[in-house]
Amino acid sequence: MSLRSPLGRVLGLGSAKDGTAHWWAQRVSAVALLPLTLWFLVSLLLLPGLDYASVRTWLALPTSSLLAVLLVGSLAHHSYLGTIVVVEDYVHSNGAKLLTLLLLRFAHVAAGVAATFAILRVAFGSPGS
Amino acid sequence: MPVRARPLSPHLQIYRWQVGSTLSILHRITGLALALGFLALTYWLVALAGGAAAYSSAARFFAGPLAGAALVGWTFAFFYHLLNGIRHLAWDVGVGFDRAHSRLSGLLAMLAAVLLTAGLWGFLWHVARP
Repeated sequence: MSLRSPLGRVLGLGSAKDGTAHWWAQRVSAVALLPLTLWFLVSLLLLPGLDYASVRTWLALPTSSLLAVLLVGSLAHHSYLGTIVVVEDYVHSNGAKLLTLLLLRFAHVAAGVAATFAILRVAFGSPGS
Repeated sequence: MPVRARPLSPHLQIYRWQVGSTLSILHRITGLALALGFLALTYWLVALAGGAAAYSSAARFFAGPLAGAALVGWTFAFFYHLLNGIRHLAWDVGVGFDRAHSRLSGLLAMLAAVLLTAGLWGFLWHVARP
């Protein structure tokens, strides 16, 4: 049995110390995604076709690969920030919450790195390899 | 010392249906759908880097009826989340937050998302025809 009062126990947890950082990061990544997603969509629509050779030639251009890396990075960050808020709101059991948050973090880092690595392989690899 | 029961806000279903709340919930749902879309994009990029055979199997996967429906859904989710996200950014800088303007911009965002989705897939269908 603890002799500490409810107030004392709450105060003992302390502040998360990150204040508005999450809220702000979500907005910054949203602003970054406005031009990046539209560029990606319009570029794909302007290609002669979505066949292997057309997409690969386009993505291997330095501007395309650079912007695509920025896109998947911002996308992974923004998606991670958004999905953890939903879990924090609706998953109430501590164990399930921790597990879901860990899974979301690993999934977003893994997908972001895999997508970046794939773009770099296209950028630095020879076509058709 | 007994812990006093804290007051809770009422459950969601007690509230009257409103444009604002519906669009706000839809922002979350489309966001979650787009998180899955990010995984699909990653799969597509990895297949592209993997070579022609891997790419053609990914292309076959996306040409299927289920993935086709998902692509249309993701297009709508993308346009809606983008347009509604602009509303949120505008509110954050203090623009258009009054009831009349937020209601109007919400309905416009929904209408524009539907039209853009229909326009995009109409265009693709038109281009794809022999």
